[in-house]
Amino acid sequence: MLQVQGVHTFYGQIEALKGVDVTVNEGEIVTLIGSNGAGKTTLLMTVCGSPRAAKGKIIFEGEDITRLPTHELVTRGIAQSPEGRRVFPRMTIYENLQMGALRSDPRYFNDDLEMSFAMFPRLKERKDQRAGTLSGGEQQMLAIARALMARPRLLLLDEPSLGLAPLVVRGIFDAIKTINREKKMTVFLVEQNAFHALKLAHRGYVMVNGKITLAGSGAELLANPEIRAAYLEGGH
Amino acid sequence: MAYFLQQLINGLTLGSIYGLIAIGYTMVYGIIGMINFAHGDIFMIGAFISVITFLVLGALGITFVPLALVVVLLMAMIFTAIYGWSVERVAYRPLRGSFRLAPLISAIGVSIALQNAVQIAQGARVKPMEPVIAGGLTLFTDSNNFDVVISYLQIFIMVLTVVLMAGFTYVITRTSLGRQQRACEQDRTMAGLIGVNVDRTISTTFVMGAVLAAVAGLMVTLQYGVIDFYIGFLAGTKAFTAAVLGGIGSLPGAMLGGILIGLIEAFWSAYFTIEYKDVATFGILVLVLIFRPTGLLGKPEVEKV
Ligand SMILES: Nc1ncnc2c1ncn2[C@@H]1O[C@H](COP(=O)(O)OP(=O)(O)O)[C@@H](O)[C@H]1O
Ligand SMILES: [Mg+2]
Repeated sequence: MLQVQGVHTFYGQIEALKGVDVTVNEGEIVTLIGSNGAGKTTLLMTVCGSPRAAKGKIIFEGEDITRLPTHELVTRGIAQSPEGRRVFPRMTIYENLQMGALRSDPRYFNDDLEMSFAMFPRLKERKDQRAGTLSGGEQQMLAIARALMARPRLLLLDEPSLGLAPLVVRGIFDAIKTINREKKMTVFLVEQNAFHALKLAHRGYVMVNGKITLAGSGAELLANPEIRAAYLEGGH
Repeated sequence: MAYFLQQLINGLTLGSIYGLIAIGYTMVYGIIGMINFAHGDIFMIGAFISVITFLVLGALGITFVPLALVVVLLMAMIFTAIYGWSVERVAYRPLRGSFRLAPLISAIGVSIALQNAVQIAQGARVKPMEPVIAGGLTLFTDSNNFDVVISYLQIFIMVLTVVLMAGFTYVITRTSLGRQQRACEQDRTMAGLIGVNVDRTISTTFVMGAVLAAVAGLMVTLQYGVIDFYIGFLAGTKAFTAAVLGGIGSLPGAMLGGILIGLIEAFWSAYFTIEYKDVATFGILVLVLIFRPTGLLGKPEVEKV
């Protein structure tokens, strides 16, 4: 479904991605782990064309989307819940969800809204509150729900567990599993919280310094001693 | 009392005009964090298009005032919309992502270019015009035989301002376009990720500001009957002051700031010396900024890093 082929991305002179290859197949949950500064966020953002890949190709459903304007990707079926949540702070929760549905068929709006509210009942209680007043966990729920409102076929999630209490993290990972199973939505998940992410994922990649260093099934990576040492022990 | 009321009416009229121009500054600042220094000149162009269209209509023998006003309004809006769009396209968009001062310098350049272009095309002398909307209502006469008069033109200006403000508020707060504009204002990258065409939304914002400036240009033309290529500078500076006073980035703030500055000017000229009215205006701006640096209705939090 998504093929990232030899992608290089720069911030000015800094080369953040140094030839990355990643494949996400339809129906999978694929996770990308790596320490802070490895380039995970850059990869997700490069898939969305912001920043743009300097070299290499990004193929989505057989079409080259490397040079597509960012705002057209959501119409193609890619939505992202970005690092740091990035909800619109001075819009209400309802308006944030409306924004998520900007390019989707308005006929589905009410159903999708109900689905989001069923998944995250907190959002329903606060739907007329400004998003900036929500707690971190609630903002994360909103960011995911906003991405879901776009009815994507590929959902990109950047560190949805960052800074959240373990119980909230559980809820969010359960939600991701449900979305993948019931909505048949493909998920590409970036996490530092490697243990949960690898347990959830069908397959995983490890990124170090702008390069993919390891790939395998979730179970394989979980069992890999190098990974245990670098990303699991002392962490979760 | 009667004199006071009369100044209140005059001040509100003037304030409406400043407020309409101020909205253009505040909207553009909100969405791209830049003062569009050419905005005052867009207003000036709106005034010139109005005069020219009136003259053409007069030459064609169209003297039915409501029809003439509608035609002039449309012409002024269309032409300034094109100007506003082009200015963004030519002078600002290519510099997006460049260093912060670049678009500012570009803006000042555009301002000078527009002034000179109009000066060359129209001449440096003032353009006079016959009054289009004459007469008014005497509200009452006090014991000193002082009439409180509201002219039909003042009614026209205030009603049109209220209608435009209501329309704008509706667009910004209730429509998809308004939500997209607010999204770009709050997080441009994120807006792009959910499918907002950011460039087009910014263009639309320039056009909306320009259209309001055109209406203000028409109002000034009708109110004062004379215009020249330089009016954009002073009115632009006042309107910019209004936007800062009200809290730059805030729509109600721009309108409030405009009205306040109109009132300050009217009352200062009436009760003190007319020569110092601009000093008074800017003095009050300084005072407000000392005690409320974000302006009267500005948001206190810092968002842009
Ligand atoms: N906007 C930016 N400008 C310059 N350098 C950046 C920017 N964003 C990230 N980087 C750099 O790119 C590298 C990868 O960052 P990032 O993709 O955020 O990593 P991760 O998400 O894995 O923590 C880091 O060295 C970081 O400092
Ligand atoms: Mg990151």
